[in-house]
Parts: sequence; C-alpha cells; structure tokens
Amino acid sequence: MNSLYLDGVTVMFDGFRALNNLSLIIEPGELRAIIGPNGAGKTTMMDVITGKTKPTTGTVKFGNHDLTRMDEPRIAMLGIGRKFQKPTVFDALTVFENLELALKSPRGPLACWRWRLAGTARQKIQATLDEIGLPDRAQDLAGLLSHGQRQWLEIGMLLMQEPELLLVDEPVAGMTDQETEHTAALLKRIAGTRSVVVVEHDLEFVRALGRRVTVLHEGSTLSEGSIDHVQNDPRVIEVYLGR
Amino acid sequence: MRRAILLACICTLAALPLLNMLPTDNPLHVSDFIITIVGKWLCYAILALSIDLAWGYAGILSLGHGAFFALGGYAIGMHLMRLIGPRGVYGHPILPDFMVFLGYTELPWFWWGFQSFPFAMAMALAVPGLLAFVVGYLAFRSRITGVYLSILTQALTYALMLAFFRNDMGFGGNNGFTDFKELLGFSLNTSSARMGLFYASLLALVVALALCANIVGSKLGRVLVAVRDGESRARFLGYDTLQHKLFIFVLSAMLAGLAGALYVPQVGIINPGEFSPGNSIEAVVWVAFGGRGTLVGAILGAFSVNALKTWLTSVAPDLWLFVLGAIFVAVTLLLPRGLIGLLEGRRK
Ligand SMILES: Nc1ncnc2c1ncn2[C@@H]1O[C@H](COP(=O)(O)OP(=O)(O)OP(=O)(O)O)[C@@H](O)[C@H]1O
Ligand SMILES: [Mg+2]
Repeated sequence: MNSLYLDGVTVMFDGFRALNNLSLIIEPGELRAIIGPNGAGKTTMMDVITGKTKPTTGTVKFGNHDLTRMDEPRIAMLGIGRKFQKPTVFDALTVFENLELALKSPRGPLACWRWRLAGTARQKIQATLDEIGLPDRAQDLAGLLSHGQRQWLEIGMLLMQEPELLLVDEPVAGMTDQETEHTAALLKRIAGTRSVVVVEHDLEFVRALGRRVTVLHEGSTLSEGSIDHVQNDPRVIEVYLGR
Repeated sequence: MRRAILLACICTLAALPLLNMLPTDNPLHVSDFIITIVGKWLCYAILALSIDLAWGYAGILSLGHGAFFALGGYAIGMHLMRLIGPRGVYGHPILPDFMVFLGYTELPWFWWGFQSFPFAMAMALAVPGLLAFVVGYLAFRSRITGVYLSILTQALTYALMLAFFRNDMGFGGNNGFTDFKELLGFSLNTSSARMGLFYASLLALVVALALCANIVGSKLGRVLVAVRDGESRARFLGYDTLQHKLFIFVLSAMLAGLAGALYVPQVGIINPGEFSPGNSIEAVVWVAFGGRGTLVGAILGAFSVNALKTWLTSVAPDLWLFVLGAIFVAVTLLLPRGLIGLLEGRRK
C-alpha cells in the first residue's frame, strides 16, 4: 500500500488561495478525519488529490506516483476512490446489481453482453454486502433504500473497485443518529486494509471515529491530533469551535 | 404472466394465415385485408422494439427512427425494382422505368449488386447501421443528449426526405418505387406470397424480441440503464459510455432497417414520404403508449395504436392527428408506465 503525501500545496482561484501551503501525510491503512469551517478548502483538497483541480504549486504524491501529472481516470485507476456528497446509486437497479456494475470486470459493450456472474465475483459482491451491512437488501431496488443505506451502498460501490485510498466527503449529512453511528463503524471496519480520508462537519461523528483529526482553516492545517487535543486547541476554539 | 400472454399472442398471430385459408363463409375465416394489415403491424412492432431498446433502456430518444426504417425499405425496394427487369413499361432489360424516363443510359454505381437478394438484405441492415454509427458517434462524442439529440435525429430524417424527393438522387424522386412483381421467385400478388411475408415478419419479430430480451437481461442491459439514469456516474465507474450508446444505437437502427425491409414488399411501395418526421414521432408514441423500457409494451403499443388508427381513419380520417396527440398527452400525464403498467397493475 502507498501513503498519500501533500507538501506545500497551494491552489489559487483568481488570486484567492483556496489551499495555502497545505501539507498532509496519510499513512497506509490510516483512517483520518478532516474538519474545518465552510470554505476551509476541504473539498478543494479532495479535488487536488483526485486530479480534478491542479495545484498552482506544491507536491501531491501517492507512493511514487506524482498525482499532479495525472488526469482523473488514471488517478482512479491507481486506486484512489472518491465518494461525492450527493449519493448517486442507480435507483432502477437492485443493490446487488449496483455492486455488480462497480465490480472490476471488462467494461466494453460486447464484454458486458457476454458477461456471466462467476463464483468469485459473487463472493466479492457478497463480502461487500456484508461489509456495508446490507446483505438482506441485496435484491431490493436501490430506489427503495433509506438515505443512509444509499450512502453505504455508494461506499460499497467504491469498495468494489478495490481502492487503496478512499476519500469520503460529508457522509453523514442528513443521516439519523443511528445511521451516523453505523457509518462510523463501517468506516472503521473498512480502514486498515485501505486508507480512508473523511471530511465531516459533525463532531459527534468524528469523535465516534476516534482517530487522528486534521483541522483545516483558510486552506492550511490549523491543528492536528486526537479529537480531544484539537477541541482544546485555543486556535481551533477561536476560528471554529468557539463560534 | 408476461411470458404466457406473449406466447398466446404469438400463437394467435401464427394462426391468422391458416384461418385465412378457410372458406369465406366459415365464421372463423380471416379476410385478406386483415392478413395484409396485421403483416404491416408486425413490421411496425419491430420498429417499436428498436425504439424501445434505444429509448427505454439507454435513454436515447431518437425522433428519426423512421429514417432507418425507410432506408431498409429503400434497400429492398431497389432489389424489387431490379427484379422487374424487362417487364417494366419501357421494357428496358436492366434500368427501372424511372431511370429510362429520366434519360439514364446505365445503372448508377450504387445500384450495383441489388439484383442479389442477400446483398439487398445486407444493405437494408448495413446502411441504417452505418448512418446510425456516424450520427451517433458525432452526437455522443460531443455529449449531445436529451432533447438536442431528439431534434438532431428529427432533422436527419427531414433532410433525408428532402434529398430523396430529388429526381437526381437516383431513387425515383417523389414517386419512389412501386409496381413490384416478384420476390424470391414468388409473384407478390398471390396469397402464398402474402402468407410467406407474414410469417417472415412474425419470425423476425420473435427473433428481434428474443435478441433484445437477451441484451436487456445481460449486464449490458444494466449498464444501459445506468447510462440512462446517470451517465456521468457510469463513466466514473469506468464505463466508456460512448461505446455502449453507439452499440445500442447502431443495433437499434439495424432492427428498424429490417422492419422497413419486411414492410415494403407487403405494402408494395416506398417513397420519400416514409421519411416524413411525423412517422418517427408516431412510432415513439406507440412505445410510450405501450410502456417504454419493457420491450413487450412497445409491441403492444404498436399493435393497439395502429388498430385504433386503422379504425379511426376509416370512420373519421381528419381526427387521427388530434387523437394521436391526445394519446401522447394522456400517456405522459396519466400512464407513465403505459398499457403494460396498466395491465400489470401497481406491482413492480
Ligand atoms: N472553482 C472554484 N473557483 C473559485 N473559487 C472556488 C472554486 N472552488 C472552490 N472555491 C472557493 O474556495 C474556497 C474553498 O472551497 P471548498 O469547497 O474547498 O471548501 P470546503 O471546506 O469544502 O467547504 P464546505 O464545508 O462548505 O464544503 C471557498 O471559498 C470556495 O468559494
Ligand atoms: Mg465541501
């Protein structure tokens, strides 16, 4: 597994620094929470990692791969998966079929036409169903799932692509408390064999994750450490928690 | 359930030409008129199926499928014209009447080979397929979707209509082709030829349905649904959606061409009116009415709307276009899942 390495990353939008000399290291298998006020640059940071936005200056590396020189599809091929804020599962297909679509397999039209679900593929899908906690919903249409379940299915679809690093943007927005708890458990379960970076506003959720937290502010790292450490950091209290 | 209804329908259809052979005073006798008209509807049903494959599953709403149908019809029409031979009014051994009339001295190069039936059938599939490939590639590559694609395909069939109206195109101008004599050695005016074409169309419909059902039931079918409902997400999952859309659009156009090739020998005429934009729109209404994204619904729609049209144009011909419009509005507002949805009730 590779580690993710950002150093001195700056992103300028018309003279405005969305990211300002940001440095960050995510170890292989780590689960990291990123918090910060609106406009702190969290989404921009993910855009930089996935190749959607090119940094003005700075280094972005995944292992030995220089991500600033690669386009989005190639970065995705490297094993960096991203979950967007808006869940985009296919409502007209079943949970199982959604996962099947995401499974690594030949993508061309003829290959898809001929494709038959073999035992190993079925096992992989089953394993992911168990991981995201939806084994008994496999044959239901995704359109029938609750908001939280759709988010898990979406994470499951990312897992099917066997990513090494998973970026998850605000997964628990709009979830019930119980769903939020489940999501924390889910992310803890899937980290370890891959690295996971979660951006989230919900501090209860971040506390439930119980891992290292990075606080972003105005495009750079304000504080880093355990949730108790950052919550007691006077600079953090001033710009974010204290408001 | 769907399967049982389908089997019953196919058996009933297959029995029609046999009932036609009963003596006319038998209560079960089916008239020649019915055989001819149901034979036509079978071709319309294949056209409807082709539209449903592209629209119902991949979300490609073509308002120009009538063009592919007409091109298939023209291809077989060229074969039928070549078969007339010296029996034409001018008695020219090779040139069709309209060419003699227009002063042609030799057959244009694009008419070569059409004396062969297999060649003409191959062209009836290949020409619509090739056109769909070119148009589809250009449109899908530029990410033209939705209503823009519909307008584009509508313009395509209109442009082809204007082109085929021209005498110097070499396709008989506004008269098109007619006065066909024979096909595969059978005189076209006999009841055995009618029966043969009827069964050929029925067989083609069944095979086309089986093919479409196979595609739709495969993972390709699910990728198409994904493209329909969230193309960018499908692309994000690694599917080159251009390829999938192009594949289904070309296949769909070829099916429409096949339908046209079976249609023309049955109606005995093909002219540029077949390209008229209204035809393509009407065919989309059949699919919407029957229930899109179900295949069987498309077939059902083609039969029921055309049955209505046949009846209505005999009692009140001026009303037809209004009724067609009303059907479309009613389906859109009241029956989003079409006749099939109504028949199957609320279950899903
Ligand atoms: N394409 C862009 N052009 C110009 N400015 C941008 C662009 N994208 C983001 N910004 C600006 O950069 C800043 C950082 O935005 P970003 O979306 O990364 O914040 P965020 O931390 O994800 O905020 P939120 O918590 O609201 O999601 C914001 O001020 C935003 O307006
Ligand atoms: Mg954001």
